[in-house]
Amino acid sequence: MAKATRQAFGEALLKLAPAFPGMVVLDADLSKSTMTAAFAKQYPERHFEFGIAEHNMLGAAAGLAFCGKIPVVASFACFLATRLETIRVSIAYSRANVKMAGTHAGLGIGEDGATQMGLEDVAALRALPGIAIVQPADEAETLQAVEWMLGHEGPVYLRLTRQKLADVHGSDYRFRLGVADPVYEPAPAEARLQASVFATGGTVGPAVDAARALAQKGFRVRVMNCATLAPFDDEAVALASEQSQRIVTVEDHNLVGGLGSAACEALASRGKACPVLRLGAREFGESGTAEELYRKHGLSADCIAEACIRNLGA
Amino acid sequence: MGKDALRALTRELRIDIIRMLEAAGSGHPGGSLSVVDVLAALYTGPLRHKPEDPVWPDRDRVVLSKGHCCPALYAVMARCGYFPRERLFELRKLGSPLQGHPDRVRLPGVEASTGSLGQGLSVSVGMALAAKVDKKDFRVWCVLGDGEMQEGQVWEAAMSAAKFRLGNLTAIVDLNGGQIDGPVREVMDLEPVEDKFKSFGWETKEIDGHDFQHITQALARKPGQAPYAILARTVKGKGVSFMEGKAEWHGKAPTKQEADLAVEELSRG
Repeated sequence: MAKATRQAFGEALLKLAPAFPGMVVLDADLSKSTMTAAFAKQYPERHFEFGIAEHNMLGAAAGLAFCGKIPVVASFACFLATRLETIRVSIAYSRANVKMAGTHAGLGIGEDGATQMGLEDVAALRALPGIAIVQPADEAETLQAVEWMLGHEGPVYLRLTRQKLADVHGSDYRFRLGVADPVYEPAPAEARLQASVFATGGTVGPAVDAARALAQKGFRVRVMNCATLAPFDDEAVALASEQSQRIVTVEDHNLVGGLGSAACEALASRGKACPVLRLGAREFGESGTAEELYRKHGLSADCIAEACIRNLGA
Repeated sequence: MGKDALRALTRELRIDIIRMLEAAGSGHPGGSLSVVDVLAALYTGPLRHKPEDPVWPDRDRVVLSKGHCCPALYAVMARCGYFPRERLFELRKLGSPLQGHPDRVRLPGVEASTGSLGQGLSVSVGMALAAKVDKKDFRVWCVLGDGEMQEGQVWEAAMSAAKFRLGNLTAIVDLNGGQIDGPVREVMDLEPVEDKFKSFGWETKEIDGHDFQHITQALARKPGQAPYAILARTVKGKGVSFMEGKAEWHGKAPTKQEADLAVEELSRG
């Protein structure tokens, strides 16, 4: 059923707490929004409230990790990733086993507006070697991603949404780090696909809706879910470029330094000439409903569909 | 270790610091020479550690938040047996575990990678918290510089240490009064430092950071409920007359002549 990945994350912490006794959770006065409050209630001795002091929370998480704990640090994406210097030195460079959960990713949070919208977090953290960046697309993938994250040795950034996301995976789905998975396959045919759409997190649902709508008009579009933004699945994009007339990337993130950039880097470095249309935020966010903002900033199913068939020559 | 022994040891450590920096051709003598007495007293005194087993889980943790004075830390670690003294002269060389600033991945015995000022006390808070959660009695010692206290994160950490009642955390602040652009009181005055810590809920003790009687007494204090801050008044460049109190020696390595002069002076001392 449709569920915000921040909610799925909070439920996963509760569910996995017995299996990972070393896990502790740290918050910066947002546990009701990051959904760690339920864990805090059930495991008070494993939850630490740091108040509105994210630098300190991140540094303390590193210290906990160096002593064998598995610290999960939760806050809004924009409040975590922008504490880059502490993440850079105390966590990434130090290879601290810290798990960072950034909720309220992108325009999808709606009315709170620009200063609460994480639109640069992936770009910032992609530049730090050794941090795995994962953005699950639905409830099932979030649960598996959290379980993988807690078992993985090394820093991880998990990007989560405030808005509910429709299920895009079947029960047979298995999350694998670094592997983009198809969530919509058009009818098989000889000709190349009209487009391969690479989406991530909150934009996967709209991309699937776009592909379905295009199928009815005879356009064949595959949708790939990129849950892992680092390390990025270069091969999947390279392969898709050979099978498609164009690549479309769509992300609830700034156009610079996120999924679109990673896809272009993958193609350019392999000399692939396939055109890439990148959909994402071109400026700071603003207040409005999530739907309005997706429409206005080019992330809705209609915008994605249009990008798939737009006349490139015009 | 007795005062006389500490005096002899720290003379050797200062010579190691000077020769190591001379060999490296760059680094930070001023702050290394100001903090070495406190570090030496800590490592040869109450610190619970096994240099032959740097990952022993019940060891006390020392976080050098003031990372740039790692020549002092490396000299003390070498004397304690973490690695052979000859390796000191690899300081800052490509591929050496003795990086320009402490690196926990490359050098066993270094508890936190520092150098970007203001982060070490937070890391120490996390370690002290882990000890409490696991009901372990190892202690965490965090060595900070005075210039570093100008970073906001330090005060976030200080506030949280009091909230979490981290009696197992001791901060040692090297108040050598100097930083790159000049005296601390002119760049951004911190005084009264002791009152600031007290108002953040810490126990405090101000000492002469070169008086081994003061140092050993402060280090010997039994942990209470609240975190403890030892405020060590020191002299930047202590032990080398032409460096003492001079901001220019914050981050400049001595030439061969300057090093020989310093060592000759230290050997007489």
